[in-house]
Amino acid sequence: MTRTTIGWLTGSLVHARPLTKSARSLTFEVPGWPGNAAGQHVDIRLTAPDGYQAVRSYSIASVGAGEDIELAVDRLPDGEVSPFLVDDLELGDQIELRGPLGGWFVWRPEQRAPIQLIAGGSGVVPFVAMLRAHAASGCSAPMQLLYSLRTPDDALFRDELVRNSARTRTTWHYSRAVPPGWSRAAGRLTTQDLRAETLPPEDLPLTYVCGPSGFVEAVASGLVELGHSADNIRIERFGGN
Amino acid sequence: MAVFGGRRQRGDNPALPPGQFLTGSFPVLSAGPTPSVSAADWEFTIRTETGKTHRWNWAQFMALPSEIISADIHCVTSWSKLNTAWRGVSLDTFFDDVETESDFVMAHSYGGYTTNLPLKEVLNGQAWIAHEYDGKSLDPEHGGPARLLIPHLYFWKSAKWVRGLVMQNKNAPGFWERNGYNLHGDPWREERYS
Repeated sequence: MTRTTIGWLTGSLVHARPLTKSARSLTFEVPGWPGNAAGQHVDIRLTAPDGYQAVRSYSIASVGAGEDIELAVDRLPDGEVSPFLVDDLELGDQIELRGPLGGWFVWRPEQRAPIQLIAGGSGVVPFVAMLRAHAASGCSAPMQLLYSLRTPDDALFRDELVRNSARTRTTWHYSRAVPPGWSRAAGRLTTQDLRAETLPPEDLPLTYVCGPSGFVEAVASGLVELGHSADNIRIERFGGN
Repeated sequence: MAVFGGRRQRGDNPALPPGQFLTGSFPVLSAGPTPSVSAADWEFTIRTETGKTHRWNWAQFMALPSEIISADIHCVTSWSKLNTAWRGVSLDTFFDDVETESDFVMAHSYGGYTTNLPLKEVLNGQAWIAHEYDGKSLDPEHGGPARLLIPHLYFWKSAKWVRGLVMQNKNAPGFWERNGYNLHGDPWREERYS
């Protein structure tokens, strides 16, 4: 079990690159960071010159030991923190971090069950960490990802996911617009899609679902309908209703 | 260097615990699929250390005196929602005929979720079994048909889909408490993590 640091650590932005028009990968060097398991998250604290502070949680895309951690942040139109992280933060700037957090929505190499990951939008971030951990460990249990996104332009880490597809297959699903020549129309992920594109209940997979609240609710009930035991479905979601 | 401006919505709002921000929506947090529990099948129990079990079905629950609760709720993921309106039955009412010498409680939910609580923090008008939110039946995503409501602790303690309380002599940890979260969870002392 990775230890959580309860106090705040200071991190410097050492690498940043755009992932999409609205999302950015940010790597922070965090002296004292104890390393993290795949799927854990971190609290970020920003402080204004007058002392005002804002805290938000983000999933960690990187995994393992080391004092560098990578986040992937999607700009929320009405957000307070995400626009600053995506648009304003410059290399060398410092922020505070606390973590790693969460011991449930994680994947560890010693797990033996086949793994199905199902992401909606920026919910793919903890799964990027799991896929990286899976590749690094040489684990032989199957792991695959079903990635639902609005349009092809919204994909985070597309190159990496495609590159790793021989080992850990990514299946793409588009809800608003499809790439040219795509074999099916854009639409919400249905229970039939889940039946066709995910590991079946007979394989006894552990299925992780992460994304916006409505997406996760619909996918989790679809999985139960298909015959997956609720005990083998782990969910994480963001946003309200 | 980029300078963070922020919204300053906190200002000096005395109702907001440290590290929390206000939200207008009602975020959902759960670890697994939403269980489907009908009121007809619903049952709530309190089991003491002697094994004695007190039971209420939905009709008996509805027959208990309920009250409107207005409360500020605080999630460990940093959102707070002020002046939320609930209807529910005080746990004091359920504990009227319960005899126990245990100091702690484990709350159990449909779906297998658990959370631990000190008994003295769920009595004396501090905790309810709630079945309405904002004047309507409680939505399953928010814990319907009935959930615990313990507004003075972080909201993971307000177990959704609650089905029973089991008295325990030791403060054994529940689900999130075994997965990195604080055994107690007081938002004013920022007891977020273990």
